[in-house]
Amino acid sequence: MDGCKVLIVEDSRATRELLAAAIEVLEGVEVYTAVSGFEALKVLPRHRFALIITDINMPDINGLELINFVKKNPHYRQTPLFIVTTEGREQDRDRGLQLGADEYLVKPFQSELLTALARRYLKR
Amino acid sequence: MPPPRALTEFVAEANEVLETLAHDVAVLDAQRGHDPEPDLLNAVFRAAHSLKGLSAMFGQEKIAGLAHHLEDVLDALRLGKVQHDDTLIDTLLEGVDVLTLMLREASGDEAHPDTAPRAQALTEAFARLATGGSGAAVDVLDEVGLDPGIRNVFTEYEEHRLRENVKKGVALWKVRAVFSLEDFDQRLSALNATLKPLGEVISTLPSSQPGDDASIAFDLIFGSSRPRPEIATAVEGVAIVSPLTQKTMAPTPVPAAAPAPRKPPPTLFLQDASAPDLPAYGGSASPSGVMQGAEPSLRSLAQTVRVDIGRLDGLMNTIGELLTVRANIQRLSEVARNAGGAPLPKLWAQELQKETRALERKLDDLQNGVLDVRMVPLVQVFDKLARLMRRLVRQSGKDVHFEVSGGDVELDKLIVEELSDPLMHLLRNALDHGVEAPDQRVARGKDARGVIRLKAQQLGNQVQIEVGDDGAGMDEMRIRQVAIERGVVTREATDEMERRELLNLVFLPGFSTRADVSELSGRGVGLDVVKTNLSRLSGLIDIESRRGEGTRFLLTLPLTLAIIRALVVSVGERTFAVPLNSVTEIVSVKPAELRTIERREVLDVRGQTLPFVRLSRVFGLQELPVERHFVVIIGLAQERFGLAVDALLGQEDIVTKPLGGRLKGVRGIAGATELGDRRAVLVLDVGALVEDLKRPMAAVS
Ligand SMILES: Nc1ncnc2c1ncn2[C@@H]1O[C@H](COP(=O)(O)OP(=O)(O)OP(=O)(O)O)[C@@H](O)[C@H]1O
Ligand SMILES: [Mg+2]
Repeated sequence: MDGCKVLIVEDSRATRELLAAAIEVLEGVEVYTAVSGFEALKVLPRHRFALIITDINMPDINGLELINFVKKNPHYRQTPLFIVTTEGREQDRDRGLQLGADEYLVKPFQSELLTALARRYLKR
Repeated sequence: MPPPRALTEFVAEANEVLETLAHDVAVLDAQRGHDPEPDLLNAVFRAAHSLKGLSAMFGQEKIAGLAHHLEDVLDALRLGKVQHDDTLIDTLLEGVDVLTLMLREASGDEAHPDTAPRAQALTEAFARLATGGSGAAVDVLDEVGLDPGIRNVFTEYEEHRLRENVKKGVALWKVRAVFSLEDFDQRLSALNATLKPLGEVISTLPSSQPGDDASIAFDLIFGSSRPRPEIATAVEGVAIVSPLTQKTMAPTPVPAAAPAPRKPPPTLFLQDASAPDLPAYGGSASPSGVMQGAEPSLRSLAQTVRVDIGRLDGLMNTIGELLTVRANIQRLSEVARNAGGAPLPKLWAQELQKETRALERKLDDLQNGVLDVRMVPLVQVFDKLARLMRRLVRQSGKDVHFEVSGGDVELDKLIVEELSDPLMHLLRNALDHGVEAPDQRVARGKDARGVIRLKAQQLGNQVQIEVGDDGAGMDEMRIRQVAIERGVVTREATDEMERRELLNLVFLPGFSTRADVSELSGRGVGLDVVKTNLSRLSGLIDIESRRGEGTRFLLTLPLTLAIIRALVVSVGERTFAVPLNSVTEIVSVKPAELRTIERREVLDVRGQTLPFVRLSRVFGLQELPVERHFVVIIGLAQERFGLAVDALLGQEDIVTKPLGGRLKGVRGIAGATELGDRRAVLVLDVGALVEDLKRPMAAVS
């Protein structure tokens, strides 16, 4: 997994740190963060990410719009993408999956779960 | 489970969310009688939503549960299913209060007996509100023929906004613009600003431009009742407008909601409700909110310290010993009382003396013990900074080795908390302006990999923190130019300045007024703010910088702010306290031994020439002729000077209190304190005095 880059898009600072920590457990993985869909658009072209993890409810460009963008773009389409949603927003989650998200996690979840899922995708 | 330190961060962020929520609810209250701003409604909802997700992530189930109910109410409110009335606002405000209480308890406060019942009552009230009102939403979106493909990317709320617009007979448009990847953020926010007066931007959909990797397209879903040519003209040359739906609907008459009786809005919030664009939590819905996207403050708001159990045991021991002393003193006073005026045995006085000394010693121990409890190692902040730096470095594309040392140095909890923002700012600067790009470094004969250093060390009663880089060094000519352009100094004033003085211009208010925030640099607060924050901590900041070799920022801080030992001095009738940690020695000189250099008085102390400052002149007090001056030699960081006073009255431990009223903000005064004899005296702000000395012929008149 050496040199794998993971992008985390999440507007809550503390949650972002928590997600980052769950990924940084993985040896050699580099975490990048964005605080909104909009910031993610700025970071995306600069790196080749091996995994994108995004929240749905965010200011400016929301997670669904980001997924739509990623999964329709030939450059990023192959990049695995997880959505992190909050319970009770099943419609948003379903739409995310329809748009091509690969996995979803519902808050609260154990960080070990995220670590394990990420490991699985990064090994491929 | 999250690591314990993360809990502090959770509390801090949750606090911020609650504050925003309270604020937004107050604005909502003030907007009663009008249609509330969709942005505001969404912001309030998002705050509750964030709080729920956040608390759940951190295992705070009770808070998450209540926030969930709150979210339901706010969701119903933004979807137009709840009456916007007194009951609603009262319930929301109670919600904020109770959640704040619960948060306090989560962060270690004692549980209040009322909290649980209040939370229970609220849960019921929220549930009543959320289910009340008429729900039935006819799906008008199908009727107007909205492309189901496009519908998939809308969140539930965006879909609701679409519906609301359709119901009012407002037409939906697709405004398409293609921007270069270079500057799409500015251009997009400009486009939003153009559209806003004409209607509502409901959603922003990014999409790629096939075959063109240098640009990005945006479809703005826009609701507006203006005629198409008007919209098209407004965005001419920037974007293309096309209808989103096949047809529009005739407006459905909206049942005129009886305006709810208004209570005066809570006086707590004197918010100007006419200002429509209040910043929402985590940025507003408009792309301009993106500008706030930089890393938010790292500061934690938690008012608690975690204490090593060994330290508490130590405190308990001291208290045990104090109890013994008390018993002995009680016995002695008993003897005195029983003597009833008869002479007391000789031994009695000796014993009393012994106990008094013991009491002093033990109280000292107790004081040190309590101070100890307030001390935390810097590693708490250094760790966070290191993680952030790793990411920033990576994102910068520069090659940097980040070196951290001295994390075990301990400082007052209060100081440590306040340090993270200033340090982050300095580190960002080192990366932004200091370390050069690898090829540039190689061209200059340097190692391609730069070094940024964060280092702490304890020096007596002070702690020195260094943020250094081996980069380009500061460019004094550029700084001079910027300072003149921003009106911080006049060109003439800079003519005589040396490099060091020019560098210090960056600390002046107004120097850094960047409107744009680059990805790496700060939030538009500059070094002047860093400096102000440090002086609030009685700290000093110094620059050492060599062109081509690098820059070091040196921060000097006291170990604690709580209790300090002070030298009590007097000038005329006035008494002042001088923090002893900055006093290096005391000498006395005859007036004839003073000299004048460049119109300033100086004195020689063992071969070193130091500025001589008369405390009386600093505060415009009367000067009496003296045979000898008592001179307190002050040393702070690299600076030393002699402070002349009339008399030395002794040493005392003092607790500095901030000043209010007329004296507030008087330069040179850190606060006031009460001496053992109940006399209130002013505490000198030694840092400010040093600052004034460094200024060319300034305040010392
Ligand atoms: N480590 C450094 N190496 C070289 N120059 C520096 C360094 N730190 C600061 N500077 C200079 O000092 C100036 C002022 O810094 P300051 O942080 O106040 O503002 P800024 O970085 O320009 O803007 P921002 O508000 O975005 O931080 C910088 O513009 C830069 O010229
Ligand atoms: Mg800066």
